Amino acid sequence: MHDGHDLIFKTLADPTRRAIFERLCRDGERTVRAITVNAGVSQPAVSKHLAVLKQAGFVLDRQDGRQTHYSARRDALAPLIDWTSRMTGFWETKFDDLEDLLKRMDQ
Amino acid sequence: MTGTSTETRSIVVEREIGHPPERIWRALTVPHFIEEWLMKTSFAPVLGHRFDFRADWGAVDCEVLAIEPNRTLSYTWGDHDLKSVVTWTLTPTDTGTRLRMEQTGFQPDQPRYYHGARAGWPRFLAALEQLLARMD
Repeated sequence: MHDGHDLIFKTLADPTRRAIFERLCRDGERTVRAITVNAGVSQPAVSKHLAVLKQAGFVLDRQDGRQTHYSARRDALAPLIDWTSRMTGFWETKFDDLEDLLKRMDQ
Repeated sequence: MTGTSTETRSIVVEREIGHPPERIWRALTVPHFIEEWLMKTSFAPVLGHRFDFRADWGAVDCEVLAIEPNRTLSYTWGDHDLKSVVTWTLTPTDTGTRLRMEQTGFQPDQPRYYHGARAGWPRFLAALEQLLARMD
């Protein structure tokens, strides 16, 4: 597994951080305060997670007066979205289903 | 990055299976068996036959490229974002069969994946979570 994947996994290994990123993917740009409402952790903790996400290239920030707005950079996950990753998971699952069928098949 | 859009890569999934090649061959080539583990299909074991696989997420257009009973089966695999060739190879072993699936394809320009990908994100991240759990 190359370095790009390592960074992605490390960054998203934390469930709170993953939830913040997923929410930004789904809902679009949000302020730190808005993100905190649903994060289940304090605003300083959210800011810390956002800093890690930003450093790894997962989010962009935009200053607007006193507010900082964050948005997801969805191409951060591009290394994982390519067809080889998708299809490997697909075929692994299908191999499981095939083995189940082989047990059931009449001779 | 459109300059690299014709990059060819392949994936291999290989498994030792405790059943003889003949039995696995039927699972790979008889439509009502194929439907039980892969997808609904209009497959026929005939060279040059054009068929499809259908699932609730869409369809895959295929054509039989090579067929050698109980040994090898190859067909094209084309969906909206992937043109590729799937090749099955069955090798008898002492305890059954080594079944190998190789998919070789080229990747169209990446950005197309992002169109309409929004709805798929929660599901993708759930899959990522499972992957992370397996990495321990």
